[in-house]
Amino acid sequence: MRFSGLRVLREGLSGNKGWQAQWRDAEPGDAYDVVIIGGGGHGLSTAYYLAREHGITNVAVLEKGYLGGGNVGRNTTIVRANYFLPGNSEFYSHSLKLWEGLEADLNYNVMHSQRGQIGLFHSDAQRDAAIRRGNAIRNQGDDAELLDVPQLKKILPYLDYEQARFPIHGGILQRRAGTARHDAVAWGYARGASDRGVDLIQNCEVTGIDIEGGRVTGVQTSRGAIRAKKVAVIVAGRSSQVAAMAGMRLPIESHVLQAFVTEGLKPVVDHVVSFGMGHFYISQSDKGGLVFGGDLDMYASYAARGNLPLVEHVMEAGMALMPMIGKAKVLRSWGGIMDMTPDGSPIIDHSGIGGLYLNCGWCYGGFKAVPGSGFSMAHLVATDRHHGPAARFRLDRFRTGRGLMDEEGTGSQHSLH
Amino acid sequence: MRITCPLCGERDRREFYYQGAAVALTRPEPEAGEAAWDDYIHNRENPCGVTRDLWHHEMGCGAWLVVMRNTATHEVLEVELATDAKRTGA
Repeated sequence: MRFSGLRVLREGLSGNKGWQAQWRDAEPGDAYDVVIIGGGGHGLSTAYYLAREHGITNVAVLEKGYLGGGNVGRNTTIVRANYFLPGNSEFYSHSLKLWEGLEADLNYNVMHSQRGQIGLFHSDAQRDAAIRRGNAIRNQGDDAELLDVPQLKKILPYLDYEQARFPIHGGILQRRAGTARHDAVAWGYARGASDRGVDLIQNCEVTGIDIEGGRVTGVQTSRGAIRAKKVAVIVAGRSSQVAAMAGMRLPIESHVLQAFVTEGLKPVVDHVVSFGMGHFYISQSDKGGLVFGGDLDMYASYAARGNLPLVEHVMEAGMALMPMIGKAKVLRSWGGIMDMTPDGSPIIDHSGIGGLYLNCGWCYGGFKAVPGSGFSMAHLVATDRHHGPAARFRLDRFRTGRGLMDEEGTGSQHSLH
Repeated sequence: MRITCPLCGERDRREFYYQGAAVALTRPEPEAGEAAWDDYIHNRENPCGVTRDLWHHEMGCGAWLVVMRNTATHEVLEVELATDAKRTGA
């Protein structure tokens, strides 16, 4: 079934009775060419690109809960390509280009909105760093513009520019950055993969990974054994547990990251805005809620909810940046489980076990990576070779020290990112 | 989340700085080799459930603590001074 304006009109006039389920809720088969563990954004996009780019359709996506019920449904929906370091820079650039063609490609409205993202700076030193980052972004071929205070005041009149502690000196604008409807991204990829023959199997928890002679042969699940020639582990915050089934220890510590949404308001925040003097970023959803988040709670956690000190910290940062936010009522808050690596950058690589591939370590930046990650992961699984834009996401960079990508410049060590 | 410091009593989580998994108590020998050091510095058990990690009572007495807690519920189960934990070889 294809979506079109005509179709929406016809369904609207006929009581919306003609819509069908968007994907098959498949039963597990006995054997597949590729089994993907994890039915989140990255797992579903990997399945889609395996089918579309490589013609590999004898694929199952195994999800222990429901499709898109993990981090892809729990994030702040920001899409951008403003990374500094080689390795990250080309990857997120590629991912943003995929975003720009995604709706036409999937024939699915993911509500991708390139409303622009502004990263603020608050001192001369931060301005220098922002200019340097902006130049790196432009060298990669993406867009970045330096805005001074008068320019900022035109588009962000509600910020507190003159405050004594964190005066705003300017910002870097990326016009092609923005937001997307996070659930729709999972649903769109699920539909595209299912239409091409991929089995999407929900409520199917992997309990073991079968390895014979150094090669993966299948998985054990809560719904029986499934044989597989290749297995891709794409489970974000649960990476350590699934990798342990294959006898692996990963350079990952799982942390909780909280996010918040207010009651629905009339349009007021037209862009994505990031505070430069505290971890705080905000945008407004199409329903009108102000969606914002801050930093990790900064201790290992699987609780999917955080503690109050960080809630207070995020609210303080919001008040410091835009005092008007104090009038809005917070509707709810939630947490996602972040797979944090020592250097803050991800892993798309062989596991060292034949036919077993890893995609993890997205830290708190996985949503915007969904298209690029799936594309590069599918390439790796299909061809056994790294895909150009993701070629530096190696697992062995921690052991060798070569190719570490520490965007924050704080060191390659757990608890620093 | 509140942590009971053996020296100061029960305190707000904000007084403590999280230092990560309590692997520093069993540091490899200098000549233990690349694999041992890679594992020590980077790889983590990262359990969903009971874990042991190191916290620094930065805004209190300054002691380093080994905290046993549950990562799924945030329940704090046991706290001891890192010096004691080191001495008993745990």
